[in-house]
Amino acid sequence: MKEKFDAKKHVLVPEHIKLTKKQTKKILEEYKITKNELPRISVDDPALKDLKFEINDVVKIIRKSPTAGKSTYYRRVVK
Amino acid sequence: MAKKIYEKYEDKLPLKIIEEVKSEIPKKTKASIIKKILDDVYKEFKQSSLEPGESIGIISAESIGEPSTQMTLNTFHFAGVAEMNVTVGLPRIIEILDGRKTIKTPTMEIYLKKPYSEGKEIKKIAKSIKQTTIQDYVEEISVEITESKIKIKLDKEILKEGVVDEKKILSLLKKKAKGYNVKQDRKELLVIPKDEDKNIGEIYRMKEKIKEIYVTGVKDVTQVLPVKRKGEFMIITSGNNLKDVLKLDFVDKTRTRSNDIYEIRKILGIEAARQVIINEVFKVIENQGLNVDIRHIMLVADTMTASGKIRGITRYGIISEKSSVLARAAFETPMKHLINASLIGELDDLNSVIENVMLNQPVPAGTGMPTLVTKK
Repeated sequence: MKEKFDAKKHVLVPEHIKLTKKQTKKILEEYKITKNELPRISVDDPALKDLKFEINDVVKIIRKSPTAGKSTYYRRVVK
Repeated sequence: MAKKIYEKYEDKLPLKIIEEVKSEIPKKTKASIIKKILDDVYKEFKQSSLEPGESIGIISAESIGEPSTQMTLNTFHFAGVAEMNVTVGLPRIIEILDGRKTIKTPTMEIYLKKPYSEGKEIKKIAKSIKQTTIQDYVEEISVEITESKIKIKLDKEILKEGVVDEKKILSLLKKKAKGYNVKQDRKELLVIPKDEDKNIGEIYRMKEKIKEIYVTGVKDVTQVLPVKRKGEFMIITSGNNLKDVLKLDFVDKTRTRSNDIYEIRKILGIEAARQVIINEVFKVIENQGLNVDIRHIMLVADTMTASGKIRGITRYGIISEKSSVLARAAFETPMKHLINASLIGELDDLNSVIENVMLNQPVPAGTGMPTLVTKK
């Protein structure tokens, strides 16, 4: 049986979580920004494969950080 | 009880600080005391974090720029691995931060699955990854000028190893050498042009082409080196082709990596590319015995990957994404930017620092950022 390669399992790839509309609103209010000001991630990014993301969704990324232990980052899905 | 108090602070303090506090406090400490300690830590944390409006970009630029003036300019240097050249020092940092598409010394670190990571058949595996061309199986390849044909004498010793047999090479030749007939003689393979009075120069070119026909291994991997690191066998290569290596069965697909950020972006995504930028830059700085806080490199990597693609810190990369004409003109090639902007009637909102410096106005940084609002 041939094992298929999955980018999400790689150690370099942090966890990507899809945010609901409610969560997105909360985050934008917390940082007092608009969606356009978020960093971007492309829809065809291998780390988003099979997670059913659409354009304009917001991704929550939980990174391992050498300085903080764990840090969260947000990206907006673009074309 | 104490656990609940820690949980309350999880949103306020970084995980690492909480864990540090946890490990320092004796086990039977009262909950109220823990709370007081955490409150104090939180106060200290707030005080040491940056104020809004601090120009962190320029601090990072200085912090990376100054130590890099002390780096050796040696491009080629043995970086711990024998027989393998790796770009290190300033050239490597420039290569990464500029976001160059083709890097000077591409390498891969291939981790292996058990039992191969314990050294089982490591030589055989390493050999199977290396790219081979017909040249590697040939004892002699020559052009007979009088008979206008190419003679290929295969190396019987290498063929005995059983990776490739004569038949396979024959079929490869038939496939690749169009316009030529391939015949098997007793000792040699003959490649004869169908068109009898073919130019001799063309036959010579064909000979060079035959040498380069791909036979086995992973394409573009020109050198392999099995090494033992931290009690584990792995393979370091020169030349990279992560996509094809990840298709192999014995490769650990969760750790194998390349040093080409564009390749990583394509196969593992933008977040992995950011991590590789940090790792690679930090590795160079560490190797040179310099000390740069990793936060500066993280900021640079974040900026480079903010658009979802990799953008180098050049006028074609992140600078080209600035919305202000004057800011772009202030970096490099001012005339080009100003002429193009005036041709299409571009507007400048003066939202950023450099254009306001040009116009002798307060800049939106530091204390220039807040504005006064009066009550009616």
